[in-house]
Amino acid sequence: MSALLEIEDLAVSFGRTGAVRGTSLTVERGETLCVVGESGCGKSVTALAVMNLLARGARRTARSMRFQGEDLLGLSDTGMARLRGNDMAMIFQEPMTSLNPAYTVGSQMTEVLRRHKGTPQRVAVDRAADLLARVGITAPGLRLGQFPHQLSGGLRQRVMIAMALMCEPKLLIADEPTTALDVTVQAQILRLLAQLQRDLGLGMMLITHDLGIVARVAHKVAVMYAGKVVENAATAELFASPRHPYTQGLLRCVPVPGKIKRDEPLGSIPGTVPRVGPDFEGCAFRERCSFADPTCEHEIPRHQAGGAHDFLCRLPA
Amino acid sequence: MLQFLVRRLIVALLVAATVMTLAFILTRLSGDLAVSIAGPNATQEDIELVRKAYGLDRPLTSQFFDWVGRAVTGDLGESYFFKARVSSLIAERMPITITLGLTGLVIALLVSLPLGILAAVRENTTLDRVVQMVALLGQAMPSFWLGLILMITFGLQLGWLPISGTGSWQHYVMPGIVLAFSAIPALTRLTRAGMIQAMGSDYIRTARAKGLSRASILLKHALRNAAIPVVAIAAVQLGFMLGGSIVIEQVFALHGVGFLAWESIGKNDFPVVQAVVLVLAVIYVALTMLADLMNAVLDPRLR
Repeated sequence: MSALLEIEDLAVSFGRTGAVRGTSLTVERGETLCVVGESGCGKSVTALAVMNLLARGARRTARSMRFQGEDLLGLSDTGMARLRGNDMAMIFQEPMTSLNPAYTVGSQMTEVLRRHKGTPQRVAVDRAADLLARVGITAPGLRLGQFPHQLSGGLRQRVMIAMALMCEPKLLIADEPTTALDVTVQAQILRLLAQLQRDLGLGMMLITHDLGIVARVAHKVAVMYAGKVVENAATAELFASPRHPYTQGLLRCVPVPGKIKRDEPLGSIPGTVPRVGPDFEGCAFRERCSFADPTCEHEIPRHQAGGAHDFLCRLPA
Repeated sequence: MLQFLVRRLIVALLVAATVMTLAFILTRLSGDLAVSIAGPNATQEDIELVRKAYGLDRPLTSQFFDWVGRAVTGDLGESYFFKARVSSLIAERMPITITLGLTGLVIALLVSLPLGILAAVRENTTLDRVVQMVALLGQAMPSFWLGLILMITFGLQLGWLPISGTGSWQHYVMPGIVLAFSAIPALTRLTRAGMIQAMGSDYIRTARAKGLSRASILLKHALRNAAIPVVAIAAVQLGFMLGGSIVIEQVFALHGVGFLAWESIGKNDFPVVQAVVLVLAVIYVALTMLADLMNAVLDPRLR
């Protein structure tokens, strides 16, 4: 059986900026893939490219992009709209603004089901109420009749999650779903997502820059830097033996209770992610890398490090 | 909401009071009313008689409060020229003006909403620029001129529409179009701007992520939010059209309130002029309040 989502060599450019430059990812059924990296590394653009929700002016190319074996590249706009919200759903970073202020929670939730499954309104309302209860919202009947501005950010994100689940999707793409929320609420939402993923057998692509989240929910991780996946590994493997200097740097920035001494400074990676053109050659991390040498300016080979672990660096495996 | 309404009502009353004062003062500033009513051949004696008969010899303040006191109870006085109650003069002509104003507004909305949506969807294309250009031209065109051009083309040359009077609904088409032209540019631009903003918003991205149809995204999700400022301006524009139809009613010989105002100004029939100004101002204020209410209906955050 084919993978749930299979992306090969995806590239997205906005004019002369290469936001994504040859990214390959696979999400299996019932598996959580975390895509991590700093702001501007192309995580969100990759997700939007899968959903075909990129802003006008973006150029998307790929060797192949398949969802349940179906070719996404050749799909028409209506064909794509048939999948979105139905078999693949997405939740966003901005719960405060992602719901339409003019319509009630109930109306926004039920319209997905009516659209894709032709479900009668009364049945759809019942399902919406069930899902609201499922995502931990008390008094779902009351919430259905409320408008987004009457809900807190955490509640709105729960509504977004429930709405994404209306049509029982196979794949849920979550683009930094907890970034805009309070820390306590963050933990709740993450626990909820992890639990739903297990219970419903969802394939999940979770985009985050928070390695703490990765450690808790991911089956496997793809580390992105300047539009490329620089390291792929199973979660435990990545934390135990990171191979790419960037991944190593990222992990040094995470405080681990018990492992970090009180006076030891936390790691940091100097500089920021560079903006590179679509044809940029060599390793984009070389400016910030302590192992860099002149060979980093040329094509970098992808090394296998056993199992599903690979990384993009001139340093040998 | 109730507090909001009460506050709006107080403001509305203040505006009405200000308009009454202004209308009263301005008619007095146009010269000695007794002289103009008595006519050019009147003797000094005639003028004095007129002054006494119309109560113009009394102090201005007592004239003012007398007028205000009656206006509040709905008594707008008597016309010097028509020898009839001002209130019934206005009531007779109001339907024509309102029909004209509503026709203008409906035409304006029928044109500017689709144009604005189209321009927004095709933002920064030739089509968008053409739409904006047309809107600009519409704004620059004097209404009496446009009215005359329409009359010559559709009334005289093609013979499709009647050029004056109020006999049938066809009589309202051309003046309606001319009135609409004054509102179309603003409404089109507002719709365009609102739609562009809405289409770039996060909730539209959500609507797309839900796989909704293009029609539903545009008309249900985007337009509903883009329409909020449009509704407010449309209501104000209607008020503007009712007052601004003075010129159009002249051009097309529609005997509405605007026509009455025009006639009365010429004849120095100042009770009528004062009353028309007052009535139109009250309608205008009522429409802005209606706009606020409709906004609250459209935007749940205002409730």
